Amino acid sequence: MKVKEELVKGGLCVAALLSVAVLLIVVGYVFVNGIGVISLNFLLESPYRFEYGGIFPQIIGSICLVAICLLFAVPMGVASAIYLAEYASDNVITRTARFFVECLAGIPSIVIGLFGLVFLVYYLDLGICLLSGGLALGFMILPWTVRASEEAIKTVPHTYREASLALGVSKWRTIRSVVLKSAYPGIITGILLGMGKAIGETAVVLLTAGSGLESFLPKSIFDPVASLPVYIYMMATQGHTSAAYSRTFAASLVLIMMFLVISVFALLLRNRYIRHMGRR
Amino acid sequence: MSKIEVCGLNVYYEKGTVHALKEVNLEIETNKITALIGPSGCGKTTFIRALNRMNEVNDVMTKGKVFIDGVEIYNRGVDVINLRKKVGMVFQQPNPFPMSIYDNVAYGPRIHGTRNKKLDTIVEESLKKAALWDEVHDRLEKNALKFSGGQQQRLCIARALAVNPEIILFDEPCSALDPISTARVEDLLRALKKDYTIVIVTHNMQQAARVSDFTAFFLLGEMIEYGKTTQIFEKPRDKRTEDYVTGRFG
Repeated sequence: MKVKEELVKGGLCVAALLSVAVLLIVVGYVFVNGIGVISLNFLLESPYRFEYGGIFPQIIGSICLVAICLLFAVPMGVASAIYLAEYASDNVITRTARFFVECLAGIPSIVIGLFGLVFLVYYLDLGICLLSGGLALGFMILPWTVRASEEAIKTVPHTYREASLALGVSKWRTIRSVVLKSAYPGIITGILLGMGKAIGETAVVLLTAGSGLESFLPKSIFDPVASLPVYIYMMATQGHTSAAYSRTFAASLVLIMMFLVISVFALLLRNRYIRHMGRR
Repeated sequence: MSKIEVCGLNVYYEKGTVHALKEVNLEIETNKITALIGPSGCGKTTFIRALNRMNEVNDVMTKGKVFIDGVEIYNRGVDVINLRKKVGMVFQQPNPFPMSIYDNVAYGPRIHGTRNKKLDTIVEESLKKAALWDEVHDRLEKNALKFSGGQQQRLCIARALAVNPEIILFDEPCSALDPISTARVEDLLRALKKDYTIVIVTHNMQQAARVSDFTAFFLLGEMIEYGKTTQIFEKPRDKRTEDYVTGRFG
């Protein structure tokens, strides 16, 4: 019996170690191959002649795309979640709406990109640009923001709402002052997950935002914009020199670092908020 | 003089299939404590939630009339916000918001437009009236959830007082509290009745006997008997009231 327990424990431990190892190997490989190229110049210069120069427009482009994406997806997602959680009665229509939100979450990103290309770029004639790319990314993460926000809103105890309503506070004001305040950490987590998906997303921006190699910064939301994932894709598939090879990894490293910074920042914000709310 | 007059009140749940209150008639006196007693599920909570229209938060159908200061509160023109400012409520479970003591008490007046110095005064006065000021005045910025259940319940009372109501509804306010906290809340109720009209739901008959001036006995959605508390407990007119207050069922 004891031997079996030990064997199970050992097996599970190996699985856990392997999972960590896979992560370490991927990040380590990227690090070793990319770190040599990273310098201040690489981060602050524009690319030229394909595989030379830096990735400044790519970094800024990725940030701009995520910003537009969040500007669209966060208000839309939170508003939908408030409606579904607080106002909609449980009937066929809301159940259908919720089902579609779930389905939307399962659509492959290349299909979202294709929709963005046909609808935003051609039909609405926005062209390949920052706005198209940001909105398409927004479509992609919208279901996640809706779901995470709705879950967060639903976990707010009903007694908070009653206490507020009984003080003569309107429903909407109650939602704003009590419900959203308490649901904030959960909503932040949802947005964080969405940001993580958006900043690394390649297929959607490849079809809607730009070629990835732009050496200029967008002057308006209607300009094409470079982004790190597309730059990496270009370097990996079309670069055949050692300069392109190491730039693939250097850009990947920057992308990973950006994601880490976002995650850590959002986690700190969330923890600080939870401490402030005294739920520890 | 009666503050609240209830005429032929009927309340239905579950799309009219559950008849929770049946033809209740009751007059509630100004500046007195009226206790509603009865076994679980007899409709007493439904009854007080009809007095500030909190039943509407759930899917409930209400028929009949409720007059407060002569105004029918279910009339179309009545603003439910103003009604609930006038008729405050304290719930069974202490339910402070996850904010500081100060913000909890200031919550209502702040939303209703009070600012700065005036707000400080309201917070202090409300906490004093709720007999909590001495315990918390140096910790107003501390999170309300860090305090004991009894303190939280008095905080909820202070929060209700802060919007300056005339009537306060208590829905089993002591059922989640220990005996010492319960005694403090009961003292508080007695102190509050000189300024407020109080309606309290309780399934603790001793509590009703200790604090209230009038008592109404509810059973299966009907109001069986209503009168002075001493009369209800000492000379009940109805056999069912007698059985209940003497502990033959409950």
